[in-house]
Amino acid sequence: MSQYTFSSKTRNMTFALMGIGIITLAYGAIMKDISATRFWANILLEGLFFSFISLGAAFFMALQYVAQAGWSVVVKRMYESVTTFLPFGLLAVFAVVVASAIGGHGNSADIVYKWMQSDATDIVKKVPGVFDAMLVKKHMYLNVPFVLIRTIICASIWIYLVRLIRKRSIEQDLTNDFLPIHYKNIKTAGIFIIFFGITEQLMAWDWVMAIDHDWHSTLFGWYLFDDMWLTGIIVTILITLHVKSRGLLKEVNDHHIHNLGLWMFALSVLWGYLWFFQFMFYWYTNIPDEVVYFQARIEHYRAPFWIMFCINLLLPLIVLMTRDTKRNPKYLIGVGCIILITHWIDAYVWVMPGTLGLSPHFNFFEIGVLLGFIGLFVYVVLTNLAKVPVSVKNHPYLEESIHHHL
Amino acid sequence: MSKVFVHALYDDDDKLKDGARKVRELGYSIKEVFSPFPVHGIDKIMGLNRTRISICCFIYGVTGFSLALWMISYMLVYDWPIDIGGKPNFTIYHNLPSWIPVLFESTVFCAAHGMAITFLLRSWLFPGVSPKNPDPRTTDDHFLMVTTAYNDQDITALVGAANATGAVEITKVESHDSHH
Repeated sequence: MSQYTFSSKTRNMTFALMGIGIITLAYGAIMKDISATRFWANILLEGLFFSFISLGAAFFMALQYVAQAGWSVVVKRMYESVTTFLPFGLLAVFAVVVASAIGGHGNSADIVYKWMQSDATDIVKKVPGVFDAMLVKKHMYLNVPFVLIRTIICASIWIYLVRLIRKRSIEQDLTNDFLPIHYKNIKTAGIFIIFFGITEQLMAWDWVMAIDHDWHSTLFGWYLFDDMWLTGIIVTILITLHVKSRGLLKEVNDHHIHNLGLWMFALSVLWGYLWFFQFMFYWYTNIPDEVVYFQARIEHYRAPFWIMFCINLLLPLIVLMTRDTKRNPKYLIGVGCIILITHWIDAYVWVMPGTLGLSPHFNFFEIGVLLGFIGLFVYVVLTNLAKVPVSVKNHPYLEESIHHHL
Repeated sequence: MSKVFVHALYDDDDKLKDGARKVRELGYSIKEVFSPFPVHGIDKIMGLNRTRISICCFIYGVTGFSLALWMISYMLVYDWPIDIGGKPNFTIYHNLPSWIPVLFESTVFCAAHGMAITFLLRSWLFPGVSPKNPDPRTTDDHFLMVTTAYNDQDITALVGAANATGAVEITKVESHDSHH
């Protein structure tokens, strides 16, 4: 049998985590010591982090079709299952955008996206220093209706295309005439990659960069894109190794694990490259309205900022450089889990300084919401993984994948 | 009797792999395989050791990094400090971010060139070297396996193995030098 079963023990654990999350959120909604900004900023943080994992897996899934890659067929069901969290993650992000729009309409300053305050552009003219004058010029692009429309269109088309590709991929196993379905998927994957390549940039600006509305970086979309891809790959590796440890997926051998490890290594280095060059250009030119972003982080979020950069770049670079560690599940799980946590810290540093100001907030509330989302993520992904056989039956490159050799 | 090289010529890479496997099963070692393209898995069948080029790559990379760091810190910190846009603060620590691109490029430059040169030297490939390829057909669509026989018994076994796995041509060569 090649059917993964979601054990009741794991299921109960995810329910317990979700319970913690719900209690924490309820506490935040009722009690006064958690501000509305902090409440929504945490939901945004988790929504971004987990939907980025799914988006990375979705991009990887589409990439395998477009590149006609053979090796990845045997782990296809793993990254396909990771994409299933996409609607939940994007819904959380959408809820934050809507909540900010409603709060901003009532002219409250207690919102995640400060630029959404209805008189923000007036304040620029009357009170210098609160908002940057650039906000008036950005208004043509950065206004509430346009952002809402963009969010709805992009998110729904992403979800539609990703679900369509996965649905067809599962259908392939049910019929002997699977080649036409495969060719259809190649086309859909091509459309998704082109659409995603453009809209991912827009959403990176709208959802993340607009938190620090005075600041802009042309590299930001790429930087987030690499973060998505990397976290998506790490979760795919963890799920593959988990399923293999159950005695399933016999056809996945050292070479496939090695290839996935290569992706983790390469994307970590690319992440470090993009992060560093974004930092270095602003550091070098030292223009006041450009360095605000890094000033806030280096002066007030110093520990998370530097620790996550060093770990995210150096740990995979040093540990995963040799061939043997990329084939060793212990190293992959260890490094994968650590840099998954430090990439969460990276996401924390995107969201928090612009929303909650310069004093870092981190206590039970942040941890509780994170645990809740971990529970939901694992529950959704493993439930969907258990619905279909983990071993692929019909695929034009199945033989090539089984005999994959590095 | 002196040693004899048995050349088994194949027209298919799968047959070549079968032949190589058979020869290894009989307990003989394979001297060399000539092929127009890399045959996946042949190194394992031949029993070759894992390549050490990646270790060389690491050493060359570290060399390039150190050389560049030494050069740039000597020029910009010790020998002739220049204040560029108020940036260098005349210490390695403060200057490091603006040096990263140079350090990176130098690391890649030394690693890539060092590896290429090492590979070419190790394979003894450079202008003026006489070709070692015993049969020009192996640059087109044929595959050649060279094995060494020391007595008649070896010859019988190796020729038999080549015949059994579908070699299209089998020749016995006294020594590679007289062949040319």
